[in-house]
Amino acid sequence: MSPVRRQHVILRVVAKLLIPYILLFALYVQFHGDYGPGGGFQAGVIFGAAFVLYGLIFGLERAKAAAPPRIIEILVSLGVLLFAGVGVASMFKGGNFLDYGVLEHDPLAGQHLGILVIELGVGITVTAAMITLYFYFAGRGRA
Amino acid sequence: MSAHLPALQIALPLMAAPFCLLLRKRQLVLGFGILVCWLSFAVSVGLVRQTLEVGEIVYSLGGWDAPWGIEYRIDLLNASMLALVSLIAAIVLTYAPASLAREIPESKQYLFVPAYLLSMTGLMGIAITGDLFNVFVFLEVSSLSSYALISLGRDRRALTATLQYLVLGTIGATFILISIGLLYMMTGTLNMADMATRIGAMESMRTVHAAFAFFCVGVGLKVALFPLHVWLPNAYTYAPSVVTAFLAATSTKVSVYVLLRFVFSVYGYEFAFSSMPLDTMLLALSLLGIFVASAVAIFQRNIKRMLAYSSVAQVGYMVLGISFASVSGLTGAIVHIFNHALMKGGLFLAMGCIVLRIGSARIDDMAGLGKRMPLTMFAWVLGGLSLIGVPLTVGFVSKWYLIEAALEKDLWWVAGLALLSSLLAVLYVWRVVEVAYFREAPAGAQREEAPLSMLIPTWLLIGASVLFGIRTEWTAGIAQKAAALLLGVGP
Repeated sequence: MSPVRRQHVILRVVAKLLIPYILLFALYVQFHGDYGPGGGFQAGVIFGAAFVLYGLIFGLERAKAAAPPRIIEILVSLGVLLFAGVGVASMFKGGNFLDYGVLEHDPLAGQHLGILVIELGVGITVTAAMITLYFYFAGRGRA
Repeated sequence: MSAHLPALQIALPLMAAPFCLLLRKRQLVLGFGILVCWLSFAVSVGLVRQTLEVGEIVYSLGGWDAPWGIEYRIDLLNASMLALVSLIAAIVLTYAPASLAREIPESKQYLFVPAYLLSMTGLMGIAITGDLFNVFVFLEVSSLSSYALISLGRDRRALTATLQYLVLGTIGATFILISIGLLYMMTGTLNMADMATRIGAMESMRTVHAAFAFFCVGVGLKVALFPLHVWLPNAYTYAPSVVTAFLAATSTKVSVYVLLRFVFSVYGYEFAFSSMPLDTMLLALSLLGIFVASAVAIFQRNIKRMLAYSSVAQVGYMVLGISFASVSGLTGAIVHIFNHALMKGGLFLAMGCIVLRIGSARIDDMAGLGKRMPLTMFAWVLGGLSLIGVPLTVGFVSKWYLIEAALEKDLWWVAGLALLSSLLAVLYVWRVVEVAYFREAPAGAQREEAPLSMLIPTWLLIGASVLFGIRTEWTAGIAQKAAALLLGVGP
C-alpha cells in the first residue's frame, strides 16, 4: 500500500466498518421492495456503491481482486437472463410472457414469487453494471 | 407455441444477447448469433403468415390487458417490418465473421454480437409494440446499442461520429418523449389504439398540436429527413462495414415505420394533413433532400459516404410517398422501405467485400476493380442500377408507384422532379463504374475475389432486389394491403 494511503487511517477504518452495513442495507432494500419503497434497481445501486467505496479507499487493484471483472461480466448477463427467464417460465406454465401469476397454484403467490425473482435479476445486473462502470472509469489511462 | 410468437420475437434476441457474454469464445458467439437471427426470421415469417390469415394479432404482456398493460399489436405492416429487420439482420450477421476479423480488434469481437442482437431487438420492438411509451424504450435500446456498434470502427473518427449521432439521437429521443408526455397528459393513455379513439375529441387543442409537432421532428431526426440528416453520413462512413450495412438497411426504415404508425394510426391522416400542414412540409423537405443529398453524393470521394448521402436521398422518396396520403403514395413509400433495404444492404455488403480486399473505401483506390473482383463489382453495379430505378430492379417499382401517386394528385412537376432526380443517381453510380471498369488496375494487382461466406449474402440481397423487381406482386402486394390498412379504406 502506498504511503499516501497509509495516512488515511480514519477513512480506511470507517470504510471497513461501513461496508458490511451498506451491503446489508442493500439486501434489505432488495427484499423489502415487495412491501415498501425499494426494489432491485435501488438495491443494486447501493450494493454497487459498497464496492465503489472499497475501490476508492483501498485502490482499484484490491477492488478487482474482491470483484473479479470476469465474474462481474457474467453477473451482468445473468441478471438479465434471470429476469427474462421468469418470462419464459411463465410461458411454459401456460400464461403469457411475464404473466407470473401462473407460476404457483395461487395467482397471488405466483405474482409474489415472480416479482421477487425478477427484482433479484434487476439487482444483480445493476450491481454488476455499477461495478463495471466504476472499473472502466477508474482504470482509464492505465491501459 | 404459435400463440406466443409475438413474445418470442422479442424475447429470443433479447435473451440471446446476454447469453453471448457467457459463451465468450469468438466462434461460438458468432455461430450462436447467426442461429438466433435466423430463428428470429423464422418467427417473423410465422407472424406474417398469421396476420395474412387472421388479420390483427394482439398479445398482452404479463397477462395485463390494454390499455393498462403493454400489448403487442401486429398487423400486416409491422409483421412485414419484423420480417424485413430479422432477414437483414440474419443475412448481414452470416456475412459478418470474415469482415469483422479485418475491421474490429479481436478482443472486441465477442462484444459485437450482443450489441448487434440488442440493436435488432430494439428495432423489432419498435415495430411490434402497440404502446407508445414502449416505442420510446425500444428506440433507446436500439439507439444505445447502435452507438456502441458504430464506435467499434477502426478509424478514430468513428468516435466523433458516434458522439455526433449520440447527441442528435438523444435530442430526437427527447422530443419524442416530450410528445409522449404531452399526449399522456391529454389522453391519459399510452396505448396507441386507445389513444387514437380519444384524440379525436381534442383535435383543436394546442397541446395535442404541440405533441404532434414534437413527435414529427423527433422522428425526423431518426429518419434522417433532410435537413436533420447531418449525423448520418459520418456514422455510416466510419462504422465497420457490417454495422453500416445493417443500420442502413434497417434503422432509418423502422423510423419511417414509426412515422407512418404515428401519423396514420394514432392521429389519423385527416388531422395530419388538414389541421396540420404535414403534407406540404414533407413534400418540400423530401424533394429538397432528394436533390441536395444526391448532388452532394456526386462529389464524394469515399464510397461509403457517397452511399450514405444516397441513403438520405432515398429516405426522401419514402417521405415523399407519405406526403401524398393516398393508397398509391403510401404503397410507394412502404414498398420503397423494403426495396431500399434490399438494395442498400446489398450495396454496403459489396462495399464490405471491397474494403476487405483493398483496405479502403476511396473511389480512387478502386481502379480496375471490375477485373480484380468481378462478382463483387457486378453485384455493386446491379445495386447501383436499382438505386437509379432502372426497369427490372426494385428501384423501378418504388418510383413507379411514387410517380403514379404524384400524377393522381395532378402534381406533374413533382413527378418530373422525381424522374429528374434519378439522373443524379446515374451520375454518382457512374463515377464508381467508370473507375472500376474503365481505369487500369495498378501494376501488380491480381484477381482476388472476396470469400464465399461474404459473396453469398451479398448476392442474396442483390438477387432479391432483382427478383422483387420482376415479381412485384409479393412486396408491392403486401405494401398495397398495408397502405389500405393505414388509410382505413378496406383491404
